[in-house]
Amino acid sequence: MTTQMLTYLFVGASFILYIGIAIWSRADSTKDFYVAGGGVHPVLNGMATAADWMSAASFISMAGIISFMGRDGAVYLMGWTGGYVLLALLLAPYLRKFGRFTVPDFIGERYYSKTARIVAVVCLIFISFTYVAGQMRGVGIVFSRYLEVDVSTGVIIGMAVVFMYAVLGGMKGITYTQVAQYCVLIFAYMVPAIFISIMITDNPIPQLGFGSEVNDGSGLSVLQKLDGVLMDLGFNAYTEGTKSTIDVFAITAALMFGTAGLPHVLVRFFTVPKVSDARLSAGYALVFIAILYTTAPAVASFARLNLVDTVHNSSYEQAPEWFSNWEQTGLVGWEDKNDDGIMQYSAGSKNEVSIDRDIMVLANPEIANLPGWVIALVAAGGVAAALSTAAGLLLVISSAISHDVLKQTLMPNISEKQELFYARLAAAVAVCIAGLFGIYPPAFVAQVVAFAFGLAAASLFPALLMGIFYKPMNKEGAITGMLVGLIFTFTYIVYFKFVSPEFNSAEYWLFGISPEGIGFIGMLLNIISAYGVSRVTSPPPLNVQNLVDDIRIPAGAGVAHKH
Amino acid sequence: MTKEIYHHQGENLPPETQHDQQSISEENLNNYWRANLGLLAKLLSVWFVVSFGCGILLVDWLDQFSFFGFKLGFWFAQQGAIYVFVALIFIYSWRMKVLERRFGVDDDEEHSS
Repeated sequence: MTTQMLTYLFVGASFILYIGIAIWSRADSTKDFYVAGGGVHPVLNGMATAADWMSAASFISMAGIISFMGRDGAVYLMGWTGGYVLLALLLAPYLRKFGRFTVPDFIGERYYSKTARIVAVVCLIFISFTYVAGQMRGVGIVFSRYLEVDVSTGVIIGMAVVFMYAVLGGMKGITYTQVAQYCVLIFAYMVPAIFISIMITDNPIPQLGFGSEVNDGSGLSVLQKLDGVLMDLGFNAYTEGTKSTIDVFAITAALMFGTAGLPHVLVRFFTVPKVSDARLSAGYALVFIAILYTTAPAVASFARLNLVDTVHNSSYEQAPEWFSNWEQTGLVGWEDKNDDGIMQYSAGSKNEVSIDRDIMVLANPEIANLPGWVIALVAAGGVAAALSTAAGLLLVISSAISHDVLKQTLMPNISEKQELFYARLAAAVAVCIAGLFGIYPPAFVAQVVAFAFGLAAASLFPALLMGIFYKPMNKEGAITGMLVGLIFTFTYIVYFKFVSPEFNSAEYWLFGISPEGIGFIGMLLNIISAYGVSRVTSPPPLNVQNLVDDIRIPAGAGVAHKH
Repeated sequence: MTKEIYHHQGENLPPETQHDQQSISEENLNNYWRANLGLLAKLLSVWFVVSFGCGILLVDWLDQFSFFGFKLGFWFAQQGAIYVFVALIFIYSWRMKVLERRFGVDDDEEHSS
């Protein structure tokens, strides 16, 4: 069987599985739709959270980004995992005890204010749509390369599948599909990583492999060899950083606090039965995430080494098959600057080979000459990663619209049945908008990823944290804080990314912090201004103070809350 | 004894008894909360030290040491911090369960139903 046919088979089989799960787990009530009935086992919720969290960016792009950033790539590794510690210790158990349906629900009730709820909804929708756009691009890439269908067709097929299980099943459908998607994506990520680790170092565990000796008899470890090879070509050493320490610090912090403030991750902890389950579930989620996140840096170093070995100083005539395959997609390219027919890869103006970071994972199995079924598996894994995250995001968008905007603000008299109908309608509309983003990707997609984390760190995270740990925090303080953090971070990113990109360098940055890391400063400003305002305005009413006392105590979470 | 059950009983008790029980219970809850905050402070210090400390601020200094073939600072930044993060969450889960049982505020089925 050809690789092409295997790919159709794998991706097709995974789709049938997802749709089957969707039909089996239809949502019958708003509680099913928003929080999967609140009865998901912590291990399963951990898996679903991991699939929800690990997007096309984690699966396809992250190893590639690290492989070009070297040690500085750690900002993503630590930033996107360290946030789970904050989640498990500071937010998840209390939000579970609160026991409602959405993140704006908590903000709206804790700060006894419709304004606060709507500010939270705006942050949530902005963060989530930014994110969805990236997922759809991922689906498009995978379809166009592996299945050789048009990107638009690929996106439409993907959207149809998400539509099936997100609109029918809501959170219940999404949760159980994500469990399946996690299994597909982690298997697809680990198999090539293990093969390549064995190929280069004889060590089957990639996490140890990239510290082991290369099996070419040189006696050097992978990282030592990579440092040497890259420096010979004029690049920086792989194991040394190039970013300033303060910038690395701020970016890592913004990603960590941002992760803990992302609505589609937070809402997952509303689905477990008990408060203690929320803590455990965050732990399981991080275990499942860490399997991929500790493998990624190993894949990054193997791939970079492999790439230099196979491409540099080899003649274009004899270029490996993968090179011409991927040349058609524009992700790799060669320009013969000195007309010698040989591909030279180096830093600076003599470089003739252009490489997109995404192919480090996608083409890795081909670069390493792995069998066709491994390549097909990676395709199915990439689609699973993109679809699972897209579905999770679409759900928080639709529940924010149907629950927070309609039921809680504009149309308080609708019945549960009507609310469920609006939730499905909102999910359907959101799926279509996301599909449009995938077919006509806005040029700014890559530029705005910093937005999602920066804004979550600067707006939602502090409001949630202070709502739980600082009882005197009142609505005036929280709303001021969210707006200050949001506006400051938004303005800073827009200024350097869009208004004056020519000034986007360390000498013009505030304290030398790049737009990617500015959410950390935004968060500090949020906390300071919220505290200041809360001191000079009236304290929250007694029933809200009692609510804070109540969410701090785990007992009684099993009692269903009625709206 | 859970807060939920107490509340329902409390409604029928004479005011002074209610006040008495309230203050005992409240002291218990305050102690529980303080113990939780103490645990959080310890675990979050470790969180900060392994990531921002070893992985970022001290990374160049730690790189002089070798660890399983890695430079130590590099290993913390790309591997070690993540393993410690996982451990921290499970330690917190376990310690909190102990605290909750001690202060009688846990959410085990046999208590809360």
